[in-house]
Order: sequence, then structure tokens, then C-alpha cells
Amino acid sequence: MSFLKEFIIFLLSRKKYWLFPIILVLVIFGGLIILSQGSAVAPFIYTIF
Amino acid sequence: MTSILGISAFYHDSAASMIIDGEIISAAQEERFSRKKHDSSFPTNAINFVLNFSGLKLSDIDFIVFYEKPFLKFERLLETYVAFAPRGIKSFYKSMPIWLRDKLFQKKIIFNNLREIDNNFKNENKILFSEHHLSHAASAFYPSPFKEAIILTADGVGEWATTTVAIGKGKDLSIKKEIHFPHSLGLLYSAFTYYTGFKVNSGEYKLMGLAPYGDPIYTEKILNNLIDVKEDGSFKLNQNYFDYATGLTMINNKFNNLFGKKSRNPKTDKITKFHMDIAASIQKVTEEIILKLAKSLKDEFKIENLCLAGGVALNCVANGKLLKSNLFKNIWVQPASGDAGGSLGAALAVWHLELNNSREVNINDSMKGSYLGPSYSQDTIEKELIKIGAKFEKFSDKEIIEKTSDFLINGKAIGWFQGRMEFGPRALGCRSILGDPRSDKMQKNLNLKVKYRESFRPFAPSVLREDLNTWFDMNVDSPYMLLVADIISNKKIEMTEKQKKLFGIEKLNIKKSEIPAVTHVDFSARIQTVIKVTNQRYYNLILKFKEKTGCPVLVNTSFNVRGEPIVNSPTDAFNCFMGTELDYLVIENFILEKNKQDLDLKKDYKKEFELD
Repeated sequence: MSFLKEFIIFLLSRKKYWLFPIILVLVIFGGLIILSQGSAVAPFIYTIF
Repeated sequence: MTSILGISAFYHDSAASMIIDGEIISAAQEERFSRKKHDSSFPTNAINFVLNFSGLKLSDIDFIVFYEKPFLKFERLLETYVAFAPRGIKSFYKSMPIWLRDKLFQKKIIFNNLREIDNNFKNENKILFSEHHLSHAASAFYPSPFKEAIILTADGVGEWATTTVAIGKGKDLSIKKEIHFPHSLGLLYSAFTYYTGFKVNSGEYKLMGLAPYGDPIYTEKILNNLIDVKEDGSFKLNQNYFDYATGLTMINNKFNNLFGKKSRNPKTDKITKFHMDIAASIQKVTEEIILKLAKSLKDEFKIENLCLAGGVALNCVANGKLLKSNLFKNIWVQPASGDAGGSLGAALAVWHLELNNSREVNINDSMKGSYLGPSYSQDTIEKELIKIGAKFEKFSDKEIIEKTSDFLINGKAIGWFQGRMEFGPRALGCRSILGDPRSDKMQKNLNLKVKYRESFRPFAPSVLREDLNTWFDMNVDSPYMLLVADIISNKKIEMTEKQKKLFGIEKLNIKKSEIPAVTHVDFSARIQTVIKVTNQRYYNLILKFKEKTGCPVLVNTSFNVRGEPIVNSPTDAFNCFMGTELDYLVIENFILEKNKQDLDLKKDYKKEFELD
């Protein structure tokens, strides 16, 4: 959590608000990569098929 | 007592530095311990060394500072991908998982690594982050002998900045101007390093050494197509020719087409006149930009002292041109100008800028000659030598100087291991290979039989400071081998008309001066001035050599082979001694003669290190 706090403070102090949505998408995909330990699309493929 | 530990890591040249109450105590690169050239891993060994040197535990340290800011770097990466989209998709796909998994959480990684060193280290808030170029600027200004100075730093890239201008006054240091990525003088030079078949972040010295063999016939082509240089020295690179911002290589096909040839493959292609001309051209462009920058800064800020740091400051030929231009009264270059020195700068920035401590200028070199690494006692050395099966003899201080000077006069190549190891890329007479500069064969012999490196590469002279201007066209201190100047004209041997017509490496065999082993093809030399205060034993050796020969100069090259980090311990030195055609090894008061060693201990050393 301290990481998230520091990172948000960083973005606010740099006034780079437009980076928020990019980072959000990255975090979601990044989380999926870490969870699946492979490709980010793998979990969706498995649910579809 | 306030102790600050500076760390650089995770890109190249990891290092650790320790300052206590503002005094520089110790510093070392991780590569010297791990034996991996330009090692970028967390500098556990280097940290252990600086802690042990001061008898401290990690939990005793007041502040720990990392030399750059990972969040800012991440911001640069994202913005670059957005700006160049969709061009960088391949690189984006490769780099993002690494950042999201590891690099973004660098504070945690640093903390975990520190905990492995000392389990009692619990306070994560002690870890601070400095900006990359502020670290460089601090490493250049605070140890300099100036109360006030302009500080110019230039390298490949830090977070955003690639070139910065700062003003230092007393304890204050503020950055005034920056040039941002992707416009980078360091990356431009590295692009040509890659193009001529040398390793990026390592082979830049070779490109600089190759330059005097060529003619700068591509200068206009570079200036008209690759880089737009303004009158004040600021510049923009034409990204149509480069791939580094978004791709996985330095240059693209358009770059190759511009010069009409593909980049050189070091395994299959020989170095030709073309590569020498390319090297000469990019060197000339680099010098022009640095001179323009320096001139505009002098005009704007009207300060007479200049400090330099960042990888580009290791371009000692450009530094020499800057000195000769007389734009500045004094120039001081940080000896560990690469990222390793960032660890020291970051620590000094915390002491003066964060903690607001005053600064006392030390005119007697607060870098302590850059001899900031480990040293070994006679006892430790003796035990280590016995353990590895070395045959050696012990002598008094006086005998060591007497005998070593005789070996040198007899044309022998000597491994010289004394005192504390140097911090930074240069060997300055503590972990050095020494030779007689008057010998015609020494350069070729050392390059091919001892260092196993390309025959065109020059060697540097160490000269007694008081004799400097009777041998070289320069009269300022150059203790860190970071300034280049010409051999003085009455020591030169001018080339005949026939010799002048030779091209490239053919010129290597011409005797160019009274000290041919340290005279480059253009009569220049990368000079180290030696004084008694910082390295008494080395000073005494050169003095004795002068008494016997009239020559106050020695060949000084780093104690390693191509691709190997400079030796650190007596065992490293012995391995290198046995793996090369060095004749003698002098470690503190012990002398080892090659002919007396057990031949079974010899090894095929040159294959142990990846070529750079």
C-alpha cells in the first residue's frame, strides 16, 4: 500500500493526470500477467473456451 | 556522526559509496568483487566493503540514498511510448512486464536486499532517492576544489535529462537547464559505438582511441542529417535514424544507408579506414558540441570554473580540447564520471542539499586521489599468496622501488598492486600494469600479449607533476587521467613524407616520440599527473626511474585483460599475472617472478572473460 500512496503522490506532484488511465490499464494487465504467470490474454481464452 | 551510504545499481556499473560527516570515506564498484564487467546487480559486496571499512553495520547508517528516481524513469518510458505510438509496441511489450513486476518497486527491492545484508535494518524511511543528473552534478561539484563553478553533466540518459547545466556555489547546487531524452549526446556516441562494432556502454573508449587514425570526412553528413546543433550548443537528434527510443537496437536501416554500409560485425568484419573515418567524424562532432556548450555557458554565467561528470565526461580527448580552448580558468572532472560515481554524488547531495550542511573546499583533493577502494595488509597478502601456491620474496620499501625500476628499464611488464584500489574506470597506480614508455615494442607487446586487446589502442603515461610541462603541452593537474594533451614538440619525432602517406593502423609502427609507447598516432597522450601526497610509493617509483633514465614517465594501464574488471584482491592479481605474459608481479612488499612460478597454475585466461 505504501507503494501505491507514494506513486499517487508522485503523479499528483508531477501533475501528470493523463497518465492515470494508462497506468490503470497497465496495472490490470500487469496484475493478470503476474496472476497467470504468462500471457495477459490467457485467462480470457480459458473462460471463453 | 552522520553516515550516508550512496548506491547505484540496476542499469550498469553498480557501486556503493560511504560519506561520514561530509567526508568521502570509501567507494567501490560491484564489478571488482563479482568479477563481472559493468555488473549492474545490487552492489551487496561493495556495500559490505564500505560498511566494513568504517566498522559500521547497516542499521547504524543514517541515510541510504539511491542515485536515481525510478518513478520518474517510468514516467519517461510511458510518455515516450505514447509520443512514438504505435512504433514502440515491441519494446513496450518487452519492458512493461519487467517494470510492473520489478523495477517499479525498487524501494522494496532495495530494502529487501539491504535486509539480507543486515537483518536488523528495519527503517524503510531511511531510503532516499536522488535524481540521476543531480547525483552526477553533485559528484562533480562537491569534491572539486572550487567555491563556485558551472557544472556540465552529459550521459546517455537518466530519468528525463541527458545533459544538464547546474551552478554550484558554496554548499548550494541548482540545476539551471536540461536537454531531455531522446536528444542525447551520450546515446549519439553510443549509436556510433554500435555502428563500428563495439559494445555499447563499454566500447566508447575504443571509438575514441580509433578516431585519430581516421579523417573526419563524415562530419558534415552527421551534422546535416543526424543532429541539429544550435549556436549555444543545445541539440536535437533526428529520430528517423535511431531506434533506441522505441526499439531494441541503437540505430535503424536509414542510419546504415546514410553511410552506405551496414554496422560492423565484430566477429566477422575487420576494422577498416571507413570505421576510422566514422570514429574521427563523431569524435569531432562531439568536441564541437561540448565546446559550443561550454562557450555559451561561460558567456551566460561568467564563472571561471567548470566541473564535468556523466559518461560523456570520460571522453578525455574532448576534455583536452576544452582545456586547450582556455574558455575556463580551471576544469575539474569527476574520476568516476559514469553511473558508479552517481552513488557518491547522491550521498553528497543528501549531506549538503537535504541536510543543509555547509561545505569546506578542500584544495588537496577530497577524492583522495580516487583511492577509495579496499587495501590489503602485508599479513593478509602473505597468507593469500601461500594459499594459492605462489612463489614470492619479501623486500623492504627501498628495495621494492629499486628492483621494480630495474625491471622496467629491462623492458619487463610489471603488475603493480599497492594500497587502496581506485574508484572509477581508470587505474591510477594502485592496480596498474606498468612498462617502460621509451620502448618501441611496449605498446604492441602489452596490447597483444598482456591485455589481449586490439593493437590500435593507446596506453597512457603517468608523469611526475613537476616534470609535466617539460614532456607534455599542458601545465595543469590531471590526477585522474581525464585530460589529453600533445607530447611537447622537442620530444616528438616528426613523420617522414613517406610515413605520412601510410594510413590507419599502418601508422602504429612508426616511432613517434622519445616515449613511443604512450604517444598516440596524433602525438597525443592521456595524461596522469602523479604527486607525492596522494600516492607516495608510485611517486617514488617514477622518481627512481627518472633518476636512472632521465625519463619521469611510465606506461600505466589498468591491471586486467580485455573484458575483465580491474583486479581487486591479491588472488585476482595472481590469476591475471599467471594468465598473461606479465613478467613480474609486485604486491605491496612482495615480488613474484613469472619464471619461478609453478607452471601448472598457468591458465588460458583470455577466454575467461567475454570480449567487450
